[in-house]
Amino acid sequence: MAKDLVSTLADLKEQEALKIVEERLSGGEEPLKILDDARKAMEVVGKRFASSEYFMPDLVYSGEILKAITDMVKPKLSKEGEIKRLGKVVFGTVAGDIHDIGKDIVVFMLDVNGFEVYDLGVDVPAQKFVEKIKESGAPIVGLSGFLALAFDSMKQTIEAIQAAGLRDKVKVMIGGGQMSEEVRKYTGADAYGMDAMAGVSLAKKWVGAG
Amino acid sequence: MEKKWEEMSSDEKQEELFQRWISPEGVEFASPEAEKLYKERATRIKDAIQMKKLPDRVPVFLIPSFAPAYYSGLTPHDVMYNYDKIMPAWQKFYMDFQPDAHGGAFVPSPGKFVDILDFKLYKWPGHGVSPETTYQCIEGEYMRADEYDLLIHNSLHFFNYIWPARVFGALEPLQALPPLAGLTEIYGVSLSFIPYGTPPVKAAYQALLEAGDEAVKWIGAVGPFYPVMAASGFPPYQVGATKAPFDVIGDTLRGTRGIMLDMYRQPDKLIQAMETLVPMFIQIGVGAAQQSGCPLIFMPLHKGADGFLSDEQFKKFYWPTLKKVIMGLVDEGVVPFVWAEGGYNSRLEAIRDLPKGKTAWLFDLTDMAKAKKALEGIACVGGNMPMDLLSVGTTEDAKAHAKKCIDTCGKGGGYIMANGAFFDKVKFENLKAIVDFVKEYGVYK
Repeated sequence: MAKDLVSTLADLKEQEALKIVEERLSGGEEPLKILDDARKAMEVVGKRFASSEYFMPDLVYSGEILKAITDMVKPKLSKEGEIKRLGKVVFGTVAGDIHDIGKDIVVFMLDVNGFEVYDLGVDVPAQKFVEKIKESGAPIVGLSGFLALAFDSMKQTIEAIQAAGLRDKVKVMIGGGQMSEEVRKYTGADAYGMDAMAGVSLAKKWVGAG
Repeated sequence: MEKKWEEMSSDEKQEELFQRWISPEGVEFASPEAEKLYKERATRIKDAIQMKKLPDRVPVFLIPSFAPAYYSGLTPHDVMYNYDKIMPAWQKFYMDFQPDAHGGAFVPSPGKFVDILDFKLYKWPGHGVSPETTYQCIEGEYMRADEYDLLIHNSLHFFNYIWPARVFGALEPLQALPPLAGLTEIYGVSLSFIPYGTPPVKAAYQALLEAGDEAVKWIGAVGPFYPVMAASGFPPYQVGATKAPFDVIGDTLRGTRGIMLDMYRQPDKLIQAMETLVPMFIQIGVGAAQQSGCPLIFMPLHKGADGFLSDEQFKKFYWPTLKKVIMGLVDEGVVPFVWAEGGYNSRLEAIRDLPKGKTAWLFDLTDMAKAKKALEGIACVGGNMPMDLLSVGTTEDAKAHAKKCIDTCGKGGGYIMANGAFFDKVKFENLKAIVDFVKEYGVYK
């Protein structure tokens, strides 16, 4: 019998995991069930990251294996499976800053913890955040920035959200290289996080799931 | 009789390099006072690093990125494209704040140089980021996953032709040039040179020549900064830099994602490639120290920080070749001036392995009490002046933090007050407050 996909993927055994998926697909199994196992495995990966058992290389590698699995399964999917999400989050690295490593980790962790994340990328103008908040109705906004110059961009982004009349509809978290209560106050954010798990806890608290 | 360099121990080499730095050849000091200050400052730093003698007070460094430009009301774009504006701004910065050493004025790389060569590795002011913003690296796979053997067995070819052709758009045609090793006889001698007669290769060489001219122009404008600052009484805390092999590959060859996948998919090749880089990156540091007469060589560390790698991964992939580079520098009397970006709390134990009084570690977000405890008697520590404090704190906050740092780490020497991360726009009154405070409170009695 084929080994368990959840534990194989969670243990980052790339070749074995892909082989299991191939066998299950050729055995005619429902593709959605395979994706569901993969999702469960990523939850385990997220938990291991949160407990410092896994680190960045392990996250990156798990994402890579997941992508390969999704590529194999997707063509066989009849329709996209509906996954219940905790809530929507608009996320991006603020204007003038092109750093993405930290942002990508938080987006990854929010995703595996059940949030629907709109990742706007890097060097995102304030107006783009505003538009995405309007369009998606997301109640949570995450602003990332590595450079100290990002403090000003975060401040301006939050001011733009305010000017668009959306400030009381969203909670804003900031994170990145150099964060503190002083920076939070300066930018006008609701909270700051020192690592990806802090971001997840904040998001869960804000949607009442924490 | 004086000992020859190659006969000296690493202790003697370090002492020799420090002495050359403390009494620099060919510097005409502006005044006897400037000469006295220079020697006091350099000696203070030497004592803090060697930990053989208590310094007269805690040395204080300011390690800026584009801050001197902002301080003079200039943008990064202004100084990258007007080389004559660099020196006055950088001089004003150090003269006004009076720290114990300066870091040169190489931060503003020549804008026209990167324009000519169409540098792909960065966005710079006016080219991908606004004129008011600093340059930033674009991570990517500038070396493919299947190119480790090329890097390992033919690293010169890789660094001279393959990599530049990918990071400089204007040098792309060089990738096609054949190796010249087959040229041993007159028969067919010109065949390998046919590509040099083609328009794309000609254009690439033309760009190289123009870029070379631009580099000469730039160094003409910023090179004199070192002698001028020395004459005014300020020793440099760095002239050259080298890196950890893991960062060389992870930053600008394979990228973060690439190297992290390689840790899983081809760990042996990755380790072998890092080993290949060790002698090269020792030589880069040793050469710069010898040539400049500054024993401190800057080593920015990136991807070995807390959270990036597990302890096991750090010990397997990051530390062994970094330690080899550090020890290679130390053996030649050079002092690795390590700039440990991010947190290094979980790595302190590994650093304890280094010989006493040979390295200086400037920390960013590391718990300084822990750092001091772990490295006391082993390495000089410093840094940690937080960016948020410099950017949005009050002068009182800044002074309070400086006091806390000195109280925690200053005792017994082996400590340098400095910022923990490169800074651009900050509240400049906070810098002044810190430097002045250290000069008063940091005196060893």
